Amino acid sequence: MNDVTFPLRWRIALLAPALAVFIAFWLLPMGALAQLSADGHAFSTYRAMLTNPRYMSSLGATVVLSAAVTAATLVLSVIAGLLLARREFALKRTLLALLTFPLAFPGVVVGFMVIMLAGRQGLIGALSLKLTGDRWVFAYSMSGLFLGYLYFSIPRVIVTVMASATKLDASLEEAARSLGASPWQIMRDIVLPALSPGLIAAGAVCFATAMGAFGTAFTLATDIDVLPMTIYTEFTLNANMVTAAGLSIVLGIVTWAVLALARSASGSAVAASA
Amino acid sequence: MSGASPGSGADKRNDTLPMNSITASESPSSPSPSSPSQPAAGPRARRAWPSTRAWLAAGQWLVTLLLCAFLIVPVVMSIMAGLTVNYFRGVSSGLTLRWLIEVWTQYHDSVWLSLEVAAATLAITLLTGVPAGYVLARSKTRFARIVEEFLVLPIALPGLASALALLVIYGGFTAFRMSPMFIVVGHVVFTLPFMVRAVAAVCASSDLRTLEEGAASLGASFFTRFMTIVLPNARPGIVAGALAVLTLSIGEFNLTWMLHTPDTKTLPVGLADTYASMRIEIGSAYTILFFIMTMPLLVAMQWLGVDATGQRSASKKRAVSSAKLDDPQ
Repeated sequence: MNDVTFPLRWRIALLAPALAVFIAFWLLPMGALAQLSADGHAFSTYRAMLTNPRYMSSLGATVVLSAAVTAATLVLSVIAGLLLARREFALKRTLLALLTFPLAFPGVVVGFMVIMLAGRQGLIGALSLKLTGDRWVFAYSMSGLFLGYLYFSIPRVIVTVMASATKLDASLEEAARSLGASPWQIMRDIVLPALSPGLIAAGAVCFATAMGAFGTAFTLATDIDVLPMTIYTEFTLNANMVTAAGLSIVLGIVTWAVLALARSASGSAVAASA
Repeated sequence: MSGASPGSGADKRNDTLPMNSITASESPSSPSPSSPSQPAAGPRARRAWPSTRAWLAAGQWLVTLLLCAFLIVPVVMSIMAGLTVNYFRGVSSGLTLRWLIEVWTQYHDSVWLSLEVAAATLAITLLTGVPAGYVLARSKTRFARIVEEFLVLPIALPGLASALALLVIYGGFTAFRMSPMFIVVGHVVFTLPFMVRAVAAVCASSDLRTLEEGAASLGASFFTRFMTIVLPNARPGIVAGALAVLTLSIGEFNLTWMLHTPDTKTLPVGLADTYASMRIEIGSAYTILFFIMTMPLLVAMQWLGVDATGQRSASKKRAVSSAKLDDPQ
């Protein structure tokens, strides 16, 4: 398609700076990282890494944690998002602003919020001490990380759910109700299918973010066994650059594959927003 | 705007329940998504299952309010902790600004560095990302789609990997490695896609080609058209992208932690240090500083309807934003 108002040389000239930055500071470094991770003989290096039980259990734990966070976030956000998108009530804007306030928090701050809730001097500990005589402290473990990723993801997914929910056609539900469908049937057959492209996209982003997040785990405890922490320990403590590089590549491939799958399922653009 | 104030009201009535928001939600979660009631629900519907629907709606409200408490209670707690004399003894020990002052004298460098890094990142993403977003929106070729795919890769892959890659290839250039530019480069790679997407989305939604053809037929050069047609039309996208870039850069940790040196500590790096090694009041006071820094950006985003993914959640306020808002650079 020849577009006279936008000649090719201008297109190239305008695209060049961004491409140059991208190639110089991402593509080439990534290539170097991949090369380093191969350590001269890619097959055996990767086989050794992929059969190492410690790394694989770390990868498994990361995937399970990310999947659990994604599922919990989707369920909770659909419930709250539908309420916020479809009802008008006093203080709605305030409630919405409160729910989206943590959007700009980096992982470290989210970690600190979890410590505030479930840490040694946390709220949950203080309450449980009063109620049961036992101080519940679970911030510095996998459940703390779960709470943190939930904290991080919920505002993002609620925003997406609300955006999709406002586009729902209310007459479909009225029709279903007049035909005697139960609330659960309406949810299953009408609302969820209509929301699903947005949910798949948001879920994929949520999953990808949880896979690669580092700040929250770093704040909570350095010995939580998730892959980003493993990479970090290999790199800093063990100075094992080859394994750190290889594991980052594996993490990148898994994350990218989930995003690609979700996109082909939902048919819309998906990209992680860490 | 009313919204962004953290502690107002809604959390107080629920401040005992943040953990329950996880557990309690499991029971009502399966049935309650079906509760959204129709404003136009007729008498038939009401006769069919009144109690179920009321129950479901209550469950939905409960989940929403608990989520709100879960998100806001820790924020309020950390603000309080940063202002209390002794957090172990609670607010009864008195309120003080001592911790804030201590944090400021000790860490104000990190605040300035973060602002400088964010400004540099913004400048570079504006210069490179705005033209690129425009080209990608105007080009329908397969090549353009592939380039777009590639440009968003840095946010699809973990930041840790990007940081390691930068270290592998540029770690040896000591002068570069030690300067804040090293961090800026990492932030640019990570934030550029947000600028490109925001600009491309707005450019694609306005019919630039027709406008440009009109201008071209009247003899305007490409440069004139770019300055007088493309940039003004892309302005909402540029503003949205700029806000996203600033917010992301100020809060970036995954890359920055790997890229920083003892002389180039940004605010999130300083936060991580404080959380790990200082008393909780100091960490909280530092967090308050972070809230204060990001608050204006958040308010601006909320006001313009920009979500943190750098896309505009709706085009409804476009007219407003282009009429009222100056570029925040």
